[in-house]
Amino acid sequence: MSPHNQSGGAADRPPLTLHIPEPAARPGETPRFDHLTFSPAGSIRRPDPGVAEPEIRDLPYGLIRVLDDQGQAVGPWDPGLDAETLRRGLKVMAQARVFEDRMFRAQRQGKTSFFMKSTGEEAIGAAQSMMLDRDDMCFPTYRVLSWLLARDYPVIDLVNQIFSNARDPLKGRQLPILYSARKYGFYSLSGNLGTRFSQAVGWAMASAYRGDTRIALAYVGDGTTAEGDFHEALTFAAVYRAPVILCVTNNQWAISSFSGIAGAETTTFAAKAIAYGIPGLRVDGNDFLAVWAATAWAAERARTNKGATLIEFVTYRAAGHSTSDDPTKYRPMDEAAAWPLGDPIERLKTHLIARGEWSAERHTQMEAELAEGVRAAVKEGEGIGTLGQSKPPVSQMFEDVFKEPDWRVLEQRRELGV
Amino acid sequence: MPKMDMIQALNSALDVKMSQDPDVVVFGEDVGYFGGVFRVTDGLQRKHGLKRCFDTPISEGGIIATAIGMGAYGLRPVPEIQFADYILPAFDQLVSEAARLRYRSGGEFWAPITVRSPYGGGIFGGQTHSQSPEAIFAHVTGLKTVIPSNPYDAKGLLIAAIEDDDPVIFLEPKRIYNGPFDGHHDRALKTWAEAPGSDVPEGHYTVPLGKAAVVREGREATVLAYGTMVHVAKSGIEESGVDAELIDLRSIVPLDIDTIVASVKKTGRCVILHEASRFGGFGGELSALVQERCFYHLKSPIGRVAGWDTPYPHAFEWDYFPGPSRLAAALKRVMED
Repeated sequence: MSPHNQSGGAADRPPLTLHIPEPAARPGETPRFDHLTFSPAGSIRRPDPGVAEPEIRDLPYGLIRVLDDQGQAVGPWDPGLDAETLRRGLKVMAQARVFEDRMFRAQRQGKTSFFMKSTGEEAIGAAQSMMLDRDDMCFPTYRVLSWLLARDYPVIDLVNQIFSNARDPLKGRQLPILYSARKYGFYSLSGNLGTRFSQAVGWAMASAYRGDTRIALAYVGDGTTAEGDFHEALTFAAVYRAPVILCVTNNQWAISSFSGIAGAETTTFAAKAIAYGIPGLRVDGNDFLAVWAATAWAAERARTNKGATLIEFVTYRAAGHSTSDDPTKYRPMDEAAAWPLGDPIERLKTHLIARGEWSAERHTQMEAELAEGVRAAVKEGEGIGTLGQSKPPVSQMFEDVFKEPDWRVLEQRRELGV
Repeated sequence: MPKMDMIQALNSALDVKMSQDPDVVVFGEDVGYFGGVFRVTDGLQRKHGLKRCFDTPISEGGIIATAIGMGAYGLRPVPEIQFADYILPAFDQLVSEAARLRYRSGGEFWAPITVRSPYGGGIFGGQTHSQSPEAIFAHVTGLKTVIPSNPYDAKGLLIAAIEDDDPVIFLEPKRIYNGPFDGHHDRALKTWAEAPGSDVPEGHYTVPLGKAAVVREGREATVLAYGTMVHVAKSGIEESGVDAELIDLRSIVPLDIDTIVASVKKTGRCVILHEASRFGGFGGELSALVQERCFYHLKSPIGRVAGWDTPYPHAFEWDYFPGPSRLAAALKRVMED
C-alpha cells in the first residue's frame, strides 16, 4: 500500500466545495467596492517607458491616477496637457453622452432596433483617440463611441448607421452601433466578443514587418478577457513584441455578471500581463489625464520596438448593458452614483474650472450647443428615414460577400428581383 | 519541365509568390526553420528570411486572427494549420471574421488570406489526422474552398488563391502529397514521377479558382470528385466498366456549376464521391444542384459514395475509406436503375 492510501481514504476527508463568486451587493443592498484597490492620485511611480517588464510588476496592482478629489492634477503621470486639449476632450465626452442619451430614447421610440451606451466610460476612447496618431488603428468594442467623435466622425453618419437607412455607411448590413470607419482609424466592429483583440496584434505585426511606424490599439471588456482570444492576443503580442496597446475596459459588469465571474475576484486584469512578460498598467479609467498618460507611455514603448502593453482601465458601466437590459434586476439601483472614481466628465470639468480654464456657465452653454447639434443630426437622419421607413437598395444585400460575386449570389439576386 | 511531387509544387508556389510579392508572409506551427511537418515550407525561411516565413505558438485561433489583422493592414498572409482536424479552434475567426469582414464593413476592410491545411484520410491518421471538413466551410458565406488533386493544379491553384482578395481555405490531400493514391492500399505505392500532372513549370502560372477539370470524358455517367478521390474515381470507373465522365471539382467554392451541369445533361447519371462523412457532406449540396438543374435529363437517382457517418476510425481505415470498389458498385447501380 502506498503512503498516500494509508490514512483512511475518502471517508475521512472534508467534502470539497464549489466556489461561485458573487458581487458585493445585489438589488436593495448598499453598494460596496471594498474588493477593489483605489490608490490615491499621484501615488504610483512612473518608470521610463523603456523599462524592463520584471522591474514594474507592482504597477498592475496599483491604480494610476492624476486627478485628485479636488480636481488637481498631481504626481508623475500628469501629462501636462494644455487647456485647449482638455477642453476638446471635455467636449468630445459630453458630445458622446448627449448623443447616446438621445439615441437611447430613439430606440425606445422604435426608431431603431437596438442601442448601447458608454455612459461613464467616455474618457477612455476620447483620450486615446486624441493621443494616438490619425493613422494608428483602433480595434474597438461596441462601447468606445468617443474614439470616433474625437476624430470628428460625422454625427449624421452615426445616426444613419443606427437607423439602417438609405444613407447607412454600412449599407444596412450591420446591427446598430457596429460601426466601421477606416479613415478614422476605427476597425470594423463585429458582435463576436474578443475576436478583434488578436487581429490587432496581427495588424501591429504587419506594421512592424513593413518597417512602418504605425501602432495598433485594441479593446476588450472585463467579461471578454475570459475568451480564448484574450490569451491568444497576449501570447502573440509578447512573442513577436508587437507594437500594440491592449486595453481592458473593466467596467465591473458583463451584462449581469460582475467582474469576479470573469476572474478578477482576487487579482486584477492588469496583473494578467505579468505571466506573459509584458507591462501591465492599472489606470483610473474615469480620469482623462491618467488615460492619456498611460496611453502615451504604452505608445512610446510600442514605437520604440519595446513591444506591447496591457492596460486595465478601471471604470464603471453606469448605464444598462444595452437597450435590451435592465440592470436593476441584478445590481443596486444607486451603484453608479456610489462609484468611487466618479464621473469622467464631471472630473475633467472640475479640473478645468480649478485651473481657471472653464466655468459652469460655459459648460452649460456647451452642453446646449452639443444637444442642438445632435438634435439637428437626428432630425436630418429621420428625414432620410428610421428603421423600416428607409433602407439602402436591397441589391446591396448581395454586394461585398466576395470581391466579385459568384454565380450563386448573382442568381439569388435575380431570384429576389433586385 | 521539371517533375514535382505535390509537396514540391506547393513549396514552389510559395517560393514564387514570396519572390514576387513582399507582402506574402508564411507562418504556422513548425513552418519556419524546420520547414513544416510535411516539408511544404522547406527552405523558405532560409531563402526569404526569418520575417517572411516564421514559427508561431501552437494556437490556431491566434494564427488565423493575426493573419486577418495582417490582411487588413495590407499584407497577403499564407498561414498554415498543421492538420485540417485542428482548424476548429480558429473556426470563429474564419467564420465570424475573415468570411464576413468585407461584407460587414461595407468593403472598407477585407482578409486576403490563404489558409493552407493538410486534410483527408487514407493514412491511418485516426480521428484527428484524417478529417475532411470542406462541407463545414462550404456552408460559410464569404469563404472560398479549394482542393487540388495533382502537383500542377496544386501550384497553380495555390498561386491563384494567394493572389485572390478573398479568404481561401486551401485543403491539401496529404494522402497524395508523395504520389497519386487510387484506394488500392494493398498495391505498391506510386510516385508522382510516373503520373499525369507532375510536370510543373518552375515559374509563375495560375489555375483559376472556380474552374473544374474534366479528367476523363465519358458518355454513360458523371462522377464528381476532388482531392484524393479523383484518383480513387479513376480506378473505380475502370473497375466498373462504365464509360463514366470524371470531373475534378478543384474548387468547392466557387463551384464550377456549368461544367457539372453540362456533363450530367450529357450522361444522364451522376455519382458523387468524397471522403467526408455523408450526412450534411458537400455531396448533398452537389446532389441538390444536379437534381435542380438536370432533373429532366436524369435517368436514375443520384448516387453518393462517402465516408460513413462515424468519426474517422483507426483500425477500420479501409472499411471507412470510400475506395474504388464502392464507387464501381455505385456506378453499376446507377446504370441498372
